[in-house]
Amino acid sequence: MIRIDSVTKRYPDGTVAVDRLSLDIPDRSITVLVGPSGCGKTTTLRMINRMVEPSEGTITLDGVDIMKQPVNTLRRSMGYVIQNAGLFQHRTIVDNIATVPRMLGWGKDKARARARELMERVGLDAALAKRYPYQLSGGQQQRVGVARALAADPPVLLMDEPFSAVDPIVRKGLQDELLWIQAELGKTIVFVTHDIDEAVKLGTMVAVMRTGGHLAQFAPPAELLTDPADAFVEDFLGADRGIRRLSFFPSVGLELLTAPIIAVDATAEQIAARDTTDAPYLLVTDLDGKPLGWAEPGELTAGEIRQDQLLSYGRPFIAGTDSLRAALDCAVLSPTGWAVAVDGEGRAAGVVSQQTIGEAIRGAHAERRADGEAGTKADGKTEKAAR
Amino acid sequence: MNVLNYIDAFFSDSAHWQGYDGIPTRVAEHIQYTLEALAIAAAVGLPVGLLTGHTGRGGNTLALIATAGRALPSFGLMVLMFVLLGLGLAPVMIPLVVLAIPPILVTTYEAMRSVAPAPVDAARGMGMAETEILFRVELPVALPLILSGLRSAAIQIVSTATIAAYVSFGGLGRYIVDGLYQRDYEKVVGGATLVAALALVTLGVFWAAGRLSVSRGVRRA
Repeated sequence: MIRIDSVTKRYPDGTVAVDRLSLDIPDRSITVLVGPSGCGKTTTLRMINRMVEPSEGTITLDGVDIMKQPVNTLRRSMGYVIQNAGLFQHRTIVDNIATVPRMLGWGKDKARARARELMERVGLDAALAKRYPYQLSGGQQQRVGVARALAADPPVLLMDEPFSAVDPIVRKGLQDELLWIQAELGKTIVFVTHDIDEAVKLGTMVAVMRTGGHLAQFAPPAELLTDPADAFVEDFLGADRGIRRLSFFPSVGLELLTAPIIAVDATAEQIAARDTTDAPYLLVTDLDGKPLGWAEPGELTAGEIRQDQLLSYGRPFIAGTDSLRAALDCAVLSPTGWAVAVDGEGRAAGVVSQQTIGEAIRGAHAERRADGEAGTKADGKTEKAAR
Repeated sequence: MNVLNYIDAFFSDSAHWQGYDGIPTRVAEHIQYTLEALAIAAAVGLPVGLLTGHTGRGGNTLALIATAGRALPSFGLMVLMFVLLGLGLAPVMIPLVVLAIPPILVTTYEAMRSVAPAPVDAARGMGMAETEILFRVELPVALPLILSGLRSAAIQIVSTATIAAYVSFGGLGRYIVDGLYQRDYEKVVGGATLVAALALVTLGVFWAAGRLSVSRGVRRA
């Protein structure tokens, strides 16, 4: 565990970048430091590998003061990823990644083999190994930056706004990749960003910092969205807090109706039988069970169901896997107000109305509230800075 | 007679290719002066430029020294040194070195300053020692500019080393000084042509050095 204990960074001109910050960064999880510019998040990160030396307070790594070991030994035990990757333009991709292993005295072949292994892990084509950084896109360069940081298999990874400089689509890919790598490798990651959505998506724990280097709130993302510590955090979280929080509610318990689903080759009897009062529309599927669109029961004639009669269903959600936020979004997008649930193969698993989703949300809220109260009493997990 | 005739006459005279005043000897002497002066200037300019460029300190002082160095007239300095130190190679070498240090020093400093800060930050963050950062991260990227500084220093030395002849040393200046004295314009033009050719060869040598020592990733970026 990395323990930051009442650390202050004061510069010679009197500016205080970080003010008596205390933070326990749990092992094998992603801790995100987030806040507006000037809140001291990067300074905090850079104090962990001593790129910035604290003026007061201590930082310990697994109980050992980081000031007690040689600075370069400390840094080599922590991967470091920065914005724009900071690749060495005179070295090939494979040699960029092999940098730290080479510094640790590995042989050239062993280091390069390791580098190639990592290229695969971060989703880089092996054909890029002999290229130079200028030949790669921004997103690819950032992947190389992550691979380079992971090369010597350090237990800790420090990431300073690593995905800020790439476009939103590439950024989403990099974020998903990081979560996937993390699920596999279980590093202790400290991640700095100014993007609250990124923080909520990636963080196991999120530390919201405010200008002047103060900790505003340190909590898991769902709790942050439910229960912001103060007006600053609430404002920083931005609009749609309630909707975004639904991302943390699974759609597992959602009650799906299968009655209003008919195949495209349905007979007149089947159509009549499905014309219930439960749902005003029927979902027509193809012969494999994949959804085609909505129709009013009265408009359908057996054997003559055409695609152009059907109303678009928007977008389906995957039952059980996707969150209630996805389910609600599908229901809102669908012109009938009903969301279509599919299984992993894309076959219709059921339909659900906005009303039912709304009830599920209320249920989930009630459940969380009960859990939250029990949790707070049990171990006092909720940690808030004094205002 | 025009210049081309002079050149033709000078180079086709077989007497100019032999002995202590022959072209091979004079070219060898000229190259020797150039290499010695360049080596001394580089030995001073490169370390100071690399170090100040790496730390980012002393840029203003460097600019001042460079301007002062450039303002000194090489010929005048040589005569002064000759008066002070007497006959010897030192009065020739000092002005050549003084001439060559500013371009080496200033371009090396600028080359190091122009290296992007992100890779240096990344290198430091992954635990590289400062000397390693200097030689393995900054220098390879700064190399093309550093070479261009050395190149302009070398070219200036090649053309200025002719002054050695005024204090009775050899080199290609011999032809020019002697030719002017003897009103032998064939010799003057021949000597000047050789100096120009040597300058072009110097350019070629630096181009080749750049091809060999600069990474493809830096050259193309």
